[in-house]
Amino acid sequence: MSDPTAHPEVPIIEMRGVSVGALRDQNSVVVEEVNWSVRAGDFWVVAGLQGAGKSDFLLMTGGLMPPVAGEYRLFGELMPIFDEDRLPHRLRMGLAFEGGQLFNHLTIAENVALPVQYHRDLSPQEARAQIQPLLETLELAEWADTTPGAMGRNWQKRAGLARALALGPELLLVDSPLTGLDLRHTQWWLNFFDRFPKAQDRPVTMVITSADLQPWRERARQFAVLRNKHLEVLGTWDQVARARTDLLQEVMTTLPQLDQAT
Amino acid sequence: MQKGNASAFDSPQVRFLFRMPLPRSFSHYLGRKLFRFLLTIQGLGAFALITLGVILGKFRSARRVVWPLVFHETSRAGLRLLPMFLFLSAALGLVVIGQTVSWLTRVGAINYLGSIMVLVVVRELGPLLTAVMVLARVGTANVIELGTSRAMGEVEALEALGIDPIHYLVVPRVIAMAVGVFALTIYLILGALVSGYIWAFVQDVPLRPGDYFRQLAGSLSWLDFALVGLKTCIFGFIISIVTCYHGLAQPLRLEEVSYATVRAVAQSIIGCVVVDAIFIIIYLAF
Repeated sequence: MSDPTAHPEVPIIEMRGVSVGALRDQNSVVVEEVNWSVRAGDFWVVAGLQGAGKSDFLLMTGGLMPPVAGEYRLFGELMPIFDEDRLPHRLRMGLAFEGGQLFNHLTIAENVALPVQYHRDLSPQEARAQIQPLLETLELAEWADTTPGAMGRNWQKRAGLARALALGPELLLVDSPLTGLDLRHTQWWLNFFDRFPKAQDRPVTMVITSADLQPWRERARQFAVLRNKHLEVLGTWDQVARARTDLLQEVMTTLPQLDQAT
Repeated sequence: MQKGNASAFDSPQVRFLFRMPLPRSFSHYLGRKLFRFLLTIQGLGAFALITLGVILGKFRSARRVVWPLVFHETSRAGLRLLPMFLFLSAALGLVVIGQTVSWLTRVGAINYLGSIMVLVVVRELGPLLTAVMVLARVGTANVIELGTSRAMGEVEALEALGIDPIHYLVVPRVIAMAVGVFALTIYLILGALVSGYIWAFVQDVPLRPGDYFRQLAGSLSWLDFALVGLKTCIFGFIISIVTCYHGLAQPLRLEEVSYATVRAVAQSIIGCVVVDAIFIIIYLAF
């Protein structure tokens, strides 16, 4: 299969009739019959209420579990792509978990440096030097030698993002980045998603899950909603605005302060 | 192999079997126990083979990450246990020599002291006691650490980063515990033999140090050295595989970690005793 970045007409993510199981019990289907394509440089937001299956959907998209049914291609490769010889494809993707999922026995710098050190076989000092600019960009430098347990949830999520970005991924999957954040951190994340694609020298594809579509209206290019075990692809914000139905009401609640701020 | 190493042994069918209601008859109980036993053997066997495959297949990859972990784990499963083992060896010398010498003196068989020490301390008590102590001090910690990591989603995070959890979490523990049990057994045996003589000396046993160590050397054969080395490495391998399997492949929730620890301890001891029995047969055959 051809490389999507070399051939933009080939989708980075392509799902045909895909069903997604729960991570804890893959026989329990949480989303079914997904037909979805994501092209290089796209910025998708997948919204849904709590329990709609957003995290399971994103973790399956990130290759942490195979689809229960259907055909899923990531970077043109038929999933699951867990063989050792296809590892380079996996490393083109970064996944940030909702809770950060940091390794508690490592410091923040060690957490972020781990993928760099492991895959490039570097010494801790070399890996630390490589990730230092990333820590500074994400304002994590002062937390570098702290263990995750000594940080607040806001900063843990940000450290999880730094770790997902450490290898310079072409596809970034972020699970519910705004959930549980205070207003200042929420604003930081929104600004980050504004700035990040522009600061890259190649197109970065992003897929984000969220409980609320509203904060993303001027940022994401395409929107979808998970509801009743189905993925409803809505399209651009203009199409979302025109399609205001009961489907959207539940994922269009927004923080009033944030609305004013943005 | 990336995905599936850690979670391949967990399935709804297996979990259902482990959480079924109480059996209605004794035959049901036996049948369920047999199924559980077979499933456990299958899971442990597969996990051991995968781990061996990863040790051999990824021996040279990510050395600057994995080898420091091996040294760290070796320190934990070996070096840091040394003070406890020195105390244990002194106590073991007292227990074996203190009891044996008084009886051998009464029946006039003091010349057999070296043979008895080799038989009891070198072949049996030393390796088995070391394995049990390492299991208690390090094996249980393995299950709790890995089980908590699994329950907190850290294993999924490793897989998302393209890091094989077996390579990063299990391989260092397996190598370290095999080396640790071997090294600690040697220290325990040496300590017990030396302290044994000291206790005998304290009891005024008419045995010179040269005679005592000559008896020991005469009782030892090349087979003892080879089999003690092999047996202790196998004990370390069994303890690490069983504890890592129960920590990594089984618990999905925090409340399951304690049950997994209990199962791991019981199965590790059973595994070591079975291997020990096989080695006794080998000793008897030669």
